[in-house]
Amino acid sequence: MGSQGGFGQSKEFLDLVKSIGETRSKSEEDRIILREIETIKRRILEPDIPRRKMKEYIIRLVYVEMLGHDASFGYIHAVKMAHDENLLHKRTGYLAVTLFLNEDHDLIILIVNTIQKDLKSDNYLVVCSALNAVCRLINEETIPAVLPQVVELLGHQKEAVRKKAIMTLHRFYQKSPSTVSHLISNFRKKLSDNDPGVMGASLYPLFDLITIDIKSYKDLVASFISILKQVAECRLPKSYDYHQMPAPFIQIKLLKILGLLGNGDKHASGQMYNVVGDLIRKCDASSNIGNAVLYECIYCVASIYPSTKLLEATAEVIAKFLKNDNHNLKYMGIDVLGRLIKLSPDVAEQHQLAVIDCLEDLDDTLKRKTFELLHKMTKSSNVEVIIDRMIDYMTSINDFHYKIEIASRCVELSEQFAPSYHWFILTMNRIFEHAGDIVDIKVAHNLMRLIAKGFGGDHESADSQLRSYAVESYLHVVTEPKLPSAFLQAWAMIEVICWVLGQFGTADGNYSASYISGKLRDVAEAYSSDETVKAYAITALTKIYAFEITSGRKLDILPERQSLFEELAASRSADLQQRAYEFRTVVHLEAHAVKSIMPFDVSCEDIEVDITLPFLNSYVQQSLQNGAQPYIPEEQRSGTIDISNISNQVSRESSMHALKFEAYELAKLPAPSRPPLPVSNISTELVPVPEQSYSIREANTYPSIPSVSTSGPPELKLRLEGIQKKWGRPSYSSSPPSSSGVSPSPASEISQVESAASLSSRPQDNYKDLKKAEVEIAPEKQKLAASLFGDSSKSNKTTGTRHNTSRSDTLSIDKSTGSRSSVAPAVETKIPPQPLPDLFDISDQTVAAVATTSVDSFMQLGGLLDHNGRCSSQSDAVIDSSVGSHDNVPLYSDLHVSGQSDPPSAKSKDNDIKRTFSRGSIEAMKGPNLKDALVKDALVRQMGVNPTTQNPNLFKDLLG
Amino acid sequence: MIHFVLLVSRQGKVRLTKWYSPYSQKERTKVIRELTGLILTRGPKLCNFVEWRGYRVVYKRYASLYFCMCIDQDDNELEVLEIIHHYVETLDRYFGSVCELDLIFNFHKAYYILDELLLAGELQEPSKKIVARLIAGQDSLVEAAKEEANSISNIIAQATK
Repeated sequence: MGSQGGFGQSKEFLDLVKSIGETRSKSEEDRIILREIETIKRRILEPDIPRRKMKEYIIRLVYVEMLGHDASFGYIHAVKMAHDENLLHKRTGYLAVTLFLNEDHDLIILIVNTIQKDLKSDNYLVVCSALNAVCRLINEETIPAVLPQVVELLGHQKEAVRKKAIMTLHRFYQKSPSTVSHLISNFRKKLSDNDPGVMGASLYPLFDLITIDIKSYKDLVASFISILKQVAECRLPKSYDYHQMPAPFIQIKLLKILGLLGNGDKHASGQMYNVVGDLIRKCDASSNIGNAVLYECIYCVASIYPSTKLLEATAEVIAKFLKNDNHNLKYMGIDVLGRLIKLSPDVAEQHQLAVIDCLEDLDDTLKRKTFELLHKMTKSSNVEVIIDRMIDYMTSINDFHYKIEIASRCVELSEQFAPSYHWFILTMNRIFEHAGDIVDIKVAHNLMRLIAKGFGGDHESADSQLRSYAVESYLHVVTEPKLPSAFLQAWAMIEVICWVLGQFGTADGNYSASYISGKLRDVAEAYSSDETVKAYAITALTKIYAFEITSGRKLDILPERQSLFEELAASRSADLQQRAYEFRTVVHLEAHAVKSIMPFDVSCEDIEVDITLPFLNSYVQQSLQNGAQPYIPEEQRSGTIDISNISNQVSRESSMHALKFEAYELAKLPAPSRPPLPVSNISTELVPVPEQSYSIREANTYPSIPSVSTSGPPELKLRLEGIQKKWGRPSYSSSPPSSSGVSPSPASEISQVESAASLSSRPQDNYKDLKKAEVEIAPEKQKLAASLFGDSSKSNKTTGTRHNTSRSDTLSIDKSTGSRSSVAPAVETKIPPQPLPDLFDISDQTVAAVATTSVDSFMQLGGLLDHNGRCSSQSDAVIDSSVGSHDNVPLYSDLHVSGQSDPPSAKSKDNDIKRTFSRGSIEAMKGPNLKDALVKDALVRQMGVNPTTQNPNLFKDLLG
Repeated sequence: MIHFVLLVSRQGKVRLTKWYSPYSQKERTKVIRELTGLILTRGPKLCNFVEWRGYRVVYKRYASLYFCMCIDQDDNELEVLEIIHHYVETLDRYFGSVCELDLIFNFHKAYYILDELLLAGELQEPSKKIVARLIAGQDSLVEAAKEEANSISNIIAQATK
């Protein structure tokens, strides 16, 4: 069939399409389209446009919209056209409307009437068009308007209509289950429809229904099985065959449904074993569709009650998938492996090498799928290798979405399976380093808690070892010269570093306070634009000096550090100012006072907060008796009262030392009843106050504190406690999942500590340690290992090999190249020589060469003679860049493969030209002009390599 | 479920788009740009699936034209690959050895065929014969209508030249 002019479009439209095809840049295309929009806008408003002309305008609008421009001015005309009597116009109208409008568009309401009328039409084609539109356009509100008619159509005599009606109902069900809930039985009924198409269509809604409610469809198991049997035995009409497979799409849907129904149901599954087994045996694994069915079989086997026989059969299929050179099949193999791994862990073991190959593959999709599989089979014995790989991969990609995903996976796995704290800290460092800007801040909080908490209790020595290790590693990180660039985005990491250095930096005495504080200052400087980081750093500094004072050492604050604090004290940020003032006050305090403000190592004590502040009750009582006004909660106050309250308090505070701070807290506190400030408490009850006021801080968010008070020691103390607890606390109250997974017994921990240094570099050594550790600890881990890979010794072995293979890059590369080279010839033989360059060679040269010739083709076809000279010279220039501006060009050559078919005489000229180009451009890669191409074409024909008429070669490669 | 169907040429030009899930015009442009960048750069021997924003996009190249379909995570990718092929075969049967040019000038026809094949994001008709019959039925009516209109269109064509 001719491609041009065959359908009565005007020359104008053809020219438009052609000129779009010839554009070289997006801006040029946009210009043409904008001009086109202007033209249509003008024309469409003219009175008495013939409908035929209008139809073309609308098609042109579809084209405009398809290219990403707004054609909303013409929507109404499309709606009108859908109302037309003539089916041709009506169909165009519907097409345009379905493409233009979303279901929430205002114009929908106008089209509902048309649809209602058309659903009643006695012409089934009209009904079909209307149903197509219904699926796209009807929204929840308008469903009732068309529902009765759609239900009626379920009994229509034409199977095409019944089928569409079923699918329309399914669509309604997806949009709003409640509107069609009383009609669900119709889906069941239609399962026994005479027409296979209708039956097939009813499987989609049934699948959805069964997903939600398995129980009420158990009775259909036998029916589904018998349908599947009949389909597999080729009982359906021949027209449903697809590449020698009997109705594969229906088979696939049935297998999906059976998988759902057989899940965990031994009886139902028992009925399926035979038919599924038969399918696996009979499936033609050489065709793509055959493999699709096989994949679905495995999926089904993996989800129904396990049968050893079927599992064996599937294992064979998986082996075939994985060994295949086709990447699609490998991908599917990895996918099903992931599904089967829970059922039979040893399947994965058999295919270790294949899995490793996929992991090393250049194909990103395959790699990601493999990571998914690894994620599923991770356990404590192989977590190091897997995480190592994941992080390596994470660093190499730019895809933001996937980076987040893989980073969270890494965190999840390492929290769950970390063999040692040291490894965990190192891993976290790496994750933060490469994905610090995207990981959840909670991860950082967890890490801080872990370091602070240690093993929780008696094992002080191990704890302090862990801490000093953390300090050391962070100092290392901070010292690295490339710090600013690598960690520039890693706020979370910097926070952890500051906190750990502040809390534990000087604890083991390895590093002097001045060294650490120097580093902290560097950090604060490096992040001069970020207040949060500065706040962390300054608090850490305060802590370090406080500990120094506590331990009786002489403070030695360098002038530049002093100046940092001066600068911050004048900062615009209230928070930073506050911290700077706190610092200034703390360093001038006595040792014992500092000690009670900043007790060492209380970072993980639980704090009980009683937000009703009962210790103030007596004071409140007293004040009320003395005539003070009762506290009014903030939300009940009007603005004026609020202000007067505050000003009152402020004036009062100014007379009393340290009152001011508490007053602010008071005004803000959302607690239901709060008294004005206690003066006495602050000075006398030094210890309880911090906790209470910490709660206040919790309630009010930090930066919202309106101003800085000239604060005394108690306040400082409060503030610092608050900071500590703020990080740690949320996790204290709820026992976090990671802590149970991560904490091994102390004995094992010590051995791990020793080997910690070699952890990252020599993972295999580490396995021994781990193995030892494993025996002693964590029965849950052992269980997990057993469930994944059999017994633990075995698992160690496997991971060992896994690791070896993964290291031997050269080996696998050799292998892959080998296999590649072996595939190539095999494929080539299957494919007739002509299309070969198009199908396999996407090199630029082809395009360019084709471009040269095809310019002429357009010249002939469209009569664009004047373009000739310009085009050909330009196309020469294109050869190098090959940006492929000649869009129409490859068409002639590439797509058109079976030029030998006998076209009707009217179109033969057209075809001839096409054929010429297909030959010419393919054969004459360097042919500069048409003449050369023709000569080559003739040559090819003489040699007799012509594509067959029956089966277009275009499709041959697809099935191979 | 299929969320959308996208046909783009090797140069990234859009040949056909069909959206089964709601996307605004802005999102559509963005999706197309993202996906063409992702798919057109992939090598020839890699697998025909890409992960994209939590979905899978199955694509296949036919000569210079890429057919892409976006599906859910748990759909059968190989099946979708065959749905694409099924569509191409149906197009081929209709146009008679289809080439990109056929789709460029008759994109509305390609839409009609797609509408008979997929409905509401699911495969509606697995039989090529039946699809062909339906389309032919529609066309025969169209042909009749065209006879009447032909004379008018000729006049118009003359007038607008």
